[in-house]
Amino acid sequence: MALLKIKIKEPVAEKLLALCAYLSILTTVMIVYILATESFHFFKHVSISEFLLGTKWEPLLEPKAFGVLPLLFGTLTIVIGSALISLPMGIITAVYLSQYASKKTRRIIKPILEILAGIPTVVYGYFALTFITPVLRVFIPSTEIFNAASASIVVGIMILPMVASLCDDALQAVPKHLKQGGFALGTTSFEVIKGILIPAALSGIIASFVLAVSRAFGETMAVTLAAGATPKFTLNPLESIQTMTAYIVQVSLGDTPAGGIEYQTIFAVAGLLFVVTLTMNLFSNFIMNRFREVYE
Amino acid sequence: MNNPSSSLNKRQRIDCIFKWTAKLLTWSSLGILAFLLTHVTITGFEKLSWNFLQNFPSRFPEKAGIKSALHGSVWMLSLVAIVSVPLGVSSAVYLEEYGKKNKLHRIIEVNIANLAGVPSIVYGILGLVIFVRFSHLDRSVLAGSFTMSLLILPVIIISSREAIRAVPNSIRLGAFAVGATKLQTVIHHVLPSALPGILTGVILSMSRAIGETAPLIMIGALTYVAFVPENIMDPFTTLPIQVFNWASRPQEAFHEVAAAGIIVLLFVLLTMNAIAILLRNYTNKKLEF
Repeated sequence: MALLKIKIKEPVAEKLLALCAYLSILTTVMIVYILATESFHFFKHVSISEFLLGTKWEPLLEPKAFGVLPLLFGTLTIVIGSALISLPMGIITAVYLSQYASKKTRRIIKPILEILAGIPTVVYGYFALTFITPVLRVFIPSTEIFNAASASIVVGIMILPMVASLCDDALQAVPKHLKQGGFALGTTSFEVIKGILIPAALSGIIASFVLAVSRAFGETMAVTLAAGATPKFTLNPLESIQTMTAYIVQVSLGDTPAGGIEYQTIFAVAGLLFVVTLTMNLFSNFIMNRFREVYE
Repeated sequence: MNNPSSSLNKRQRIDCIFKWTAKLLTWSSLGILAFLLTHVTITGFEKLSWNFLQNFPSRFPEKAGIKSALHGSVWMLSLVAIVSVPLGVSSAVYLEEYGKKNKLHRIIEVNIANLAGVPSIVYGILGLVIFVRFSHLDRSVLAGSFTMSLLILPVIIISSREAIRAVPNSIRLGAFAVGATKLQTVIHHVLPSALPGILTGVILSMSRAIGETAPLIMIGALTYVAFVPENIMDPFTTLPIQVFNWASRPQEAFHEVAAAGIIVLLFVLLTMNAIAILLRNYTNKKLEF
């Protein structure tokens, strides 16, 4: 009797557990399906080339214009600006942690980095708006209230802990004997870092950079609060811009009726966002697996 | 190279300069963050009072409070935990203990890693279409919780898998040796050993859920709610949404209220993170035998 119960219970349990694991595939399929079908309705009215190559984004005004380039440009401004801050700072922090810092310092800084990585993005948006922008305005009075620079700075600060953490993991994974071999030849710490550690951990470092950039690409609340809502081409980071994510938030906060073409724009924009971030994540994964140096 | 000792001096000087630059940059980036946190604490501290926790949001900054946001966050978090923890841990158990290492297994793994990197606003769109419109859950706390559950599932699965993988194989073999079935082994031996690790991951993912704003704005969680949700179908707001709403207003006074909201939000988050870190230190110590 007991054996019979087990014979039924075991396979059922396995099937149930498998079902939970397949849920993740279903999630991806649903995301792709929704973005594809809703964008399809959008592209019935607007040609793909008009969407991808148009230089004017005014879906809420008459005459409507559906060129996504200004939004993409705004997003890239934030991505590049934040990368300029977070990538160099992140790798230097990681090098400091793995090479120079004492065990005790590591034990203090590592958890702090993790906690910082967990601060909600809306809080960073608040920092940008209430602190960084006013400071910028003191030094450069022509700065607009909403501007790309302050959003970039704050997104850079935001992803710095993630870059530092991932680069540190990559540097830690380099076998000790490589490092010791370098020291045995009489090199200084800096030369070991430059000549041995970083080349050996390069795949992990680049993968972390790509992940960080992808994160900045999809970042929403901080840029919505700080970067503004005026989609435009500008090389001046002190002007107000709009990112793809901020546009999606703007539409969903407003009273745009569901079903109209204005509403469908968010699916097309989100579809583009999804494709770009997915490509970057897959690329980062690929670098990790393909170029990892294995020392065994 | 004529004078070896001067070349050595130069190399060591470069090393020294680099070391101090790295040290300075690391501490200054931590310093900036410490400064920002102090700044927000000082700005919001005056507004922080018992009334602030007990009042509903208001047009007048001096009367505005976070009662509905606090309740909304607690509601959402409880539902998210109920939905996502069993699903996440089950997936992790399947992938670690049952799944055969075939192509499908590999696809699921890559898929979960990628889902963890999908921008949160895309999850918001998913929730908007599936839960709000298709399932007619409207702008309820249930729709929000389902959306948030999907968002944090990959995080829970990844951390639970790591915890389960860290359980020594001897424990499984010991259980099998005395005749336990696979399910019994997992429930009675593997999961209890992995529990602290799983809990750490769960707490960290919950703190992610508390702070996420974008997906909830997408599914239409309201920014002005002057009531407390009483069942799972009620509209709701959460702390970060309330903070966003206050921070996006032009009046200075509302920024102070936002700062007070941020203090509460960060207090909750830091407490959760501290518990997670303590739990992990405890696990690390235990596994050192």
